[in-house]
Amino acid sequence: MKLAAQVVDLTKFYDLGSVVVKALKGVSTDFPEGDFVAIMGSSGSGKSTMLNLLGALDRPTSGQYILGGRDVSTLDDDELSEMRNDMIGFIFQSFNLISQYTVLENIEVPLLYRAGYPAIGRVEREWCMELARMVGLGDRMDHRPFQLSGGQQQRVSIARALVNDPQIILADEPTGNLDSATEAEIMDILHNLNSEGRTIIMVTHEPGIAKQTKRQIVMKDGLIESETILQQAVPAS
Amino acid sequence: MSRIIRIVRLALKSLMLHKLRSGLTMLGIVFGVFSVIAMLAIGEGASAQAQKQVLELGATNVIVRSVKPPHEVTQSSTRSRVLQYGLLRSDYKILTETLPTITSAAPIREVDREIRYLKEAMNARVVGCTADYLDMNHLTLSQGRFLTGSDQQKLLNVAVIANEVANSLFKFEDPLGKSIRIGAMFYTVVGVTKDRTASAAIGGSLSGQDYNKDVYIPIKTLQAREGDLDIKNQAGSMTAEHIELNQITLRVNNKDSVLPTAQAIRETLDQSHPRTKDYAVVVPLELLKQAEQIRMIFNVVLGSIAAISLVVGGIGIMNIMLATVTERTREIGVRRALGARQRDIIEQFLTETIVLAGSGGMIGVIFGLLTPITFLGIQWFVQNFVMEGSSAGSEVGRMFFDLQPQIAFWSLPVAFGISVTIGIISGIYPAISAARLDPIEALRHE
Ligand SMILES: Nc1ncnc2c1ncn2[C@@H]1O[C@H](COP(=O)(O)OP(=O)(O)O)[C@@H](O)[C@H]1O
Ligand SMILES: [Mg+2]
Repeated sequence: MKLAAQVVDLTKFYDLGSVVVKALKGVSTDFPEGDFVAIMGSSGSGKSTMLNLLGALDRPTSGQYILGGRDVSTLDDDELSEMRNDMIGFIFQSFNLISQYTVLENIEVPLLYRAGYPAIGRVEREWCMELARMVGLGDRMDHRPFQLSGGQQQRVSIARALVNDPQIILADEPTGNLDSATEAEIMDILHNLNSEGRTIIMVTHEPGIAKQTKRQIVMKDGLIESETILQQAVPAS
Repeated sequence: MSRIIRIVRLALKSLMLHKLRSGLTMLGIVFGVFSVIAMLAIGEGASAQAQKQVLELGATNVIVRSVKPPHEVTQSSTRSRVLQYGLLRSDYKILTETLPTITSAAPIREVDREIRYLKEAMNARVVGCTADYLDMNHLTLSQGRFLTGSDQQKLLNVAVIANEVANSLFKFEDPLGKSIRIGAMFYTVVGVTKDRTASAAIGGSLSGQDYNKDVYIPIKTLQAREGDLDIKNQAGSMTAEHIELNQITLRVNNKDSVLPTAQAIRETLDQSHPRTKDYAVVVPLELLKQAEQIRMIFNVVLGSIAAISLVVGGIGIMNIMLATVTERTREIGVRRALGARQRDIIEQFLTETIVLAGSGGMIGVIFGLLTPITFLGIQWFVQNFVMEGSSAGSEVGRMFFDLQPQIAFWSLPVAFGISVTIGIISGIYPAISAARLDPIEALRHE
């Protein structure tokens, strides 16, 4: 089975001078292509730290994180940026759209930072429009974030996460700020993406959401406490 | 190239989000750039004005004029008597004979007289002068000839008349060869001068001259026919003045000796006029220095304004950008998460400040280009509301009202360059602090 990502004995310590906070104490797991993982656990168990490392926003204190065949722990700041741009799609709990940009421009943002800064041409723009239509915002491409509902904003953020065709999609409580009807819509979109073969790793508090995934990882005190496989990962054909 | 356009476009988008704030931030730069351009334009104008005056009067000339002494002095000492003052023929003799740097000297005597031809009459200024007068005052002839040395020697009754005089006395006739009457005597017209624009007033003692109502006759003839006494009947009271010469224009052999010669002339005249200072020495070359001083003052004053505005503008931009960075911490975190390198963030914020300062500079340049019009407005305002009447005629007043700012075109790119540089300087620190933010911290920022 092909792996989208792999972590081996990953640790992350925060040295606060008087104390050292051990946020991750040695986590190992594989993320096969087409997986849909829910990371759960109580507050302070290390979920966000884990997701930040998976998102190449930070380097581990020790251990390995292999993404796209490269060990992320050895990369410098610029290389981490390239990695995030090229390999990772982020979906945030609070959407994090850029307020002065339109829907279409927000979807384009990752394209601004591609290696070598290739021009954003007609093909790219067409692709962004297609993504907007895919998340159901074909008629709102010129709207600004404040003109959209929370669910619509999260759809934009999903489209933006897909624009660079990432290896993995990371979602930090993507439905945490939404009502249950909108939550279901967003989960539908994520399901569709997963069934197309995309690998999704999601932090969530809600067991109801976690049940809809293929695998649950429960963390406790910086370690994986338990792992439940609900369904086998199916890579894209 | 398309990338630069894209970056600038996105910067504009961010700045347009807070239009008022961006506009106010630009103001300092606008004023700074405007004052740089205005300062140089006024300086150039003052310098051009002085140069024109000096050329008109002759850079190597020293002009000595008779000046009516102050009232108190004359009244107490010479009540009811003939008022005698001014340059003497002996002054002319001493100056030309004792100062070797003087190459030529042209004495002038001016009287106001009625000129008649048949039934036509007009008031004109009769100027007794020598042959040099034509060149020294940049006059040209339209007909006939100017006065000659032999006219002087033979005390001929000949006259050269200015164009306006010719037009009003000789409506349909050729003036050459005709006899005109000046006072009690008849003079034959031998030449006509072309129109010449009036000269500006120089110093306190040299009023502006309208050359177009003049009649020129040999100075020796004037002296012989009219004498030195000039009796005027003004508003019923008779005034009598005894003046030998109104002006002597002295030409110096080269520019370097103008100032020492002027000094020597002053000393010589001080000795021959010990009691009253009834003459004034005008040195055109000194006007250049005066203009330089004015230019310096403008440079210092407006230069300080420009510098202060630019510094304040720069601080304003830095301040706003620091606030912006704090306000947009989350946006920075998002961009970093989506793949922006530190250098992309620096580039973004630096572009915003450069666009801000650059458009401020552009507006400043436009205002700067309007300096001549603005200055006209200021002149109008000063004339109507500040210097009413008397003080407008003062020396400084005349210089101010004659001044025409001239835009130094090289100052436009320079001023614009300064504004862009300020954008870079004031933007670099906020931009770097934005880029240094930890992406995780930035994303967590509320
Ligand atoms: N930047 C940091 N500096 C110091 N300690 C941190 C930092 N980030 C997280 N921690 C600590 O690491 C532990 C795990 O935190 P986190 O990964 O945010 O947990 P969770 O997301 O599961 O609530 C917590 O004890 C937290 O206080
Ligand atoms: Mg957390």
